Amino acid sequence: MTEPQIYELSSPGRHALRLPEADVPKAALPEGLIRENLPLPELSEIDVVRHFVRLSQLNHGVDTGYYPLGSCTMKYNPKVSEDTARLPGFAFTHPLQDPETAQGNLALMYSLQEWLSEIGGFAAVSLQPAAGAHGELAGILIIRAYHKDRGDEKRTKILVPDSAHGTNPATTTMSGMEVIEIPSDERGNVDLDSLRGHCDECVAGLMLTNPNTLGLFEEQVKEVIELIHGCGGLIYGDGANMNALLGVVRPGDLGFDVLQYNLHKTFSTPHGGGGPGSGPVGVAEHLVDFLPAPVVGIVEEGDDVLPPLYGFVTPKKTIGRVKSFHGHFSVVVKAYTYLRMLGKKGLREVADHSVLNANYLRVRMRDVYRIPYDRICMHEFVAEGRWEDAPDIHALDIAKRLMDYGFHPPTNYFPLIVREALMIEPTETESLETLEAFIEAMLEIAEHARSDPELLKTAPHKTAFGRMDEVKAARELVLCCWPVERNAS
Amino acid sequence: MAYIPHTEVDRRSMLAAIGLERMDDLYDAIPKEVRFPDLDLPEPISEMEITREMLTLSEANLEVQHVPCFLGAGAYNHFIPSIIDHILRRNEFYTAYTPYQPEISQGTLQAIFEYQSLMCNLTGMEVSNASHYDGATALAEAVIMALNQHRGKRHKVLLSPTIHPHYRQVVRTYTQGMGLTITGDESLDTSSAMLAELLDEETTLVAVQYPDFLGRIEDFGSLGEVASQAGALFCVVVNPLALGLLKPPSEFGAAIVVGDGQPLGIPISYGGPYVGIFTTRQQYVRKMSGRLVGETVDSRGQRGYVLTLTPREQHIRRDKATSNICTNQGLMALASAVYLSIAGKQGLREVAELCYHKAHYAADKIDALDHYSLWHRGPFFHEFVVACPRPVAEINDQLLDYDILGGYDLGQEYPTLADHMLIAVTEVNSRENINDLVTVLEEVAHD
Amino acid sequence: MELSTDLKYNKNDEWVRVEGNIGTVGITDYAQDQLSDIIFMEVTAEVGEELEKDATVAEVESVKAAAFIYMPVRGVIIETNEELSDTPEVINADPYGAAWMFKFEIMNPVELDDLLDAAAYEKYCQEREN
Repeated sequence: MTEPQIYELSSPGRHALRLPEADVPKAALPEGLIRENLPLPELSEIDVVRHFVRLSQLNHGVDTGYYPLGSCTMKYNPKVSEDTARLPGFAFTHPLQDPETAQGNLALMYSLQEWLSEIGGFAAVSLQPAAGAHGELAGILIIRAYHKDRGDEKRTKILVPDSAHGTNPATTTMSGMEVIEIPSDERGNVDLDSLRGHCDECVAGLMLTNPNTLGLFEEQVKEVIELIHGCGGLIYGDGANMNALLGVVRPGDLGFDVLQYNLHKTFSTPHGGGGPGSGPVGVAEHLVDFLPAPVVGIVEEGDDVLPPLYGFVTPKKTIGRVKSFHGHFSVVVKAYTYLRMLGKKGLREVADHSVLNANYLRVRMRDVYRIPYDRICMHEFVAEGRWEDAPDIHALDIAKRLMDYGFHPPTNYFPLIVREALMIEPTETESLETLEAFIEAMLEIAEHARSDPELLKTAPHKTAFGRMDEVKAARELVLCCWPVERNAS
Repeated sequence: MAYIPHTEVDRRSMLAAIGLERMDDLYDAIPKEVRFPDLDLPEPISEMEITREMLTLSEANLEVQHVPCFLGAGAYNHFIPSIIDHILRRNEFYTAYTPYQPEISQGTLQAIFEYQSLMCNLTGMEVSNASHYDGATALAEAVIMALNQHRGKRHKVLLSPTIHPHYRQVVRTYTQGMGLTITGDESLDTSSAMLAELLDEETTLVAVQYPDFLGRIEDFGSLGEVASQAGALFCVVVNPLALGLLKPPSEFGAAIVVGDGQPLGIPISYGGPYVGIFTTRQQYVRKMSGRLVGETVDSRGQRGYVLTLTPREQHIRRDKATSNICTNQGLMALASAVYLSIAGKQGLREVAELCYHKAHYAADKIDALDHYSLWHRGPFFHEFVVACPRPVAEINDQLLDYDILGGYDLGQEYPTLADHMLIAVTEVNSRENINDLVTVLEEVAHD
Repeated sequence: MELSTDLKYNKNDEWVRVEGNIGTVGITDYAQDQLSDIIFMEVTAEVGEELEKDATVAEVESVKAAAFIYMPVRGVIIETNEELSDTPEVINADPYGAAWMFKFEIMNPVELDDLLDAAAYEKYCQEREN
């Protein structure tokens, strides 16, 4: 059931937004600068409401059903956080108003900086980056700036495991450095011998996701970190998989020098259909001066009577600003709300149950789906979506058929080092009943792969839409709709 | 309170199935000497307690629903129709992920397609992506796109000095590893005509802002043409709300139009999240970074939408990707799309005109005061610069005593504009608000 | 998988037809199959440019992947297949014929010895399947 496009619903003369008449005299408009035609739709309010409500009904969200997207941590988004972020005292503050008039905001940001530092084992955190990839860029620029500051111009290489998320090499290229890919060994860890071979004085650092994208804790993480530090490089941690580590181990304690957090994954803020997220970056002591500017600091200490005075501080050797203003403040409020309700005990519970859920799925599926690295995993694991006796069935077909059961599919085709990969991350907020229902669906799909492969190949059947013609979309690019008058002319 | 549904019975049966005795056994791979740290965090509180605590914290701020606001400088206090938040609160929208599985994400995909369409129609450009983080990063991505368009053979970027200072800083941060020369903004006096003179075959992109950071509406003359002849890309940073009134940059030769969509139905929210608009011409679509939604048909012949041209993106190109961007501002793009739908052809023009007339009323009255004068007498949209008799910080302090949030202290960014205030006026400011501002400004002209 | 014995191949899944001192390059049937529906192709090098072995010459994009085409040996680009950019789907249909991508003058014939013959390339493809 398709929904018309906004321009198709438009009707000339309709007018929804009504404002008071101007209560001031009208000034002359500047000649030659005024537009003649404003091709926006014309709708009444009820049209707009119905349109967007009907669109929303075409979506699957965490609030409609299970969403085991590996590496995305689709956990439940607390509703109370939606309310706290919208409090007028937060939502109606201007980023440039005198810091003395925004002490509530600054105290909140300062606390979150401190808590994230504590959770990650770092000396300081900046909340400015807007997303994980953004925090990653900041992190790599920090590493680059650190070496340059020490007069070391030779370090132009970043080592990246072949299991890494695509943003890792892309970020490295953006920072003006060279990507050197390091293979994984048979156990899914970074290949130490290969790593050793690449450690020299041209290495700026290593980007390491731990647990890695196979959901496995790097078994030789200490050796890896020692090797890199030993040749003068730094370790950047991709914190996308932090859900498994909360209260269990701190990346800073393992030796990571810099790490980006994903508030929209680990810290429960909603994904919003693709954003907004928030990607704070944490650093060890020797990198504190390089953080993006500004960070929130205490500009006047408090005492028994008065609270401290918070303000913005520019780190001495900052890499610069990565975004306008201070970061995604309302997302920060949501993460703060969540952490305030969790405490350290809650954090540990999150890790425990996310890892428990993932391992339970793994052992219940392992007889039917090949799991290339079949040992205790962290919060996610990767299975292969293929069978020798069902050669026509790919991971894609399994994913599409899962939608008929009311589930969002797991991540497909990532990491690249597993064929027909299905990366499954249940998160801690899913119950045993949901997991059992998912297992049942996956087992039934495996059966149908042999008994009725067409059913999978033409899936989904029960959703409002079938598979999209992606070739047509790319070959006949239609990226916009236009007002009817324009189409006619 | 971690939203965990498991009972003790669940845990025991699951551990048994896995073949472990205790939860701690899940972590054997973790080096023991650093395992299970004792985190120094405050004791958790319940949902009931957090709502009270957050209310108190929020009340420790001055907020602009209660205090008339004349502060802009890139973030504007506009009226936000109620409908927008109701749509953003639809669980299916905000708890969804990136629409990688189009069959169950048509809501998000079509909404983004409509956002793209509305942005093209507003800016006059031919294609729009699904958004960047904000206007500043959109400008940085425009620079990167231009570099790629020229295959890395050009290394000079010209920025007008009256592009928002944060935006120019972000461009410099993003490109610090790329060996570029970023210039043109060293002096406030550099006009568009002077930028045109600096344009040469080494220039990959020249950017201006419209209206500029100081509120001025400029006629960029032949800058677009000069850029085109030199083979450089002409990028215009816009306030999308102003485009409800002003000629779109497509009419004066823009190759790229970027900006921040915050004025379109997004609360100021202490600086974010906002939405980075990025639009350009069809010929550059493959060099454009960020997500793109395209129209297609499904297996049942229905019109549908899907993420397209994904091989441009990081998850496929990896080290050859032009940008690492992995997200768009999904929900904020939705907010802008709803705003433009509800405002529509007539409404957006009305809002823009209200801002314009109210700002001009305020400017005239302030200019008439003995100790204040307008710094610039040419056309402006809803912000203008006033030369003040005292440091702006002092005036703003005094304004606060009268419960008025004053304008931006330009001396912080432009040394030659010390004691100059950037005042913004929107449709939300009443005639009374403005009169009060004028009265108080006069009163506090002396210490 | 289609192969031709009078062509040379390399591990970038490119074929080279050597005629005198002119080489013609395209991508193999195996490559187009792996990429699946090709939607875009662009030669980024310019006619007259001299390029080293492994320098990037062209880009190909399909619905799910992107690939780069590299110089198989050092040479000077003398011609590019302009029509192919308009109809990139021809690469899927006729990878060894109409989908030639560029011609070049071979500057270092010694490097031709490093190219694979049909049997060696076929073996290479089979290794990757397993």
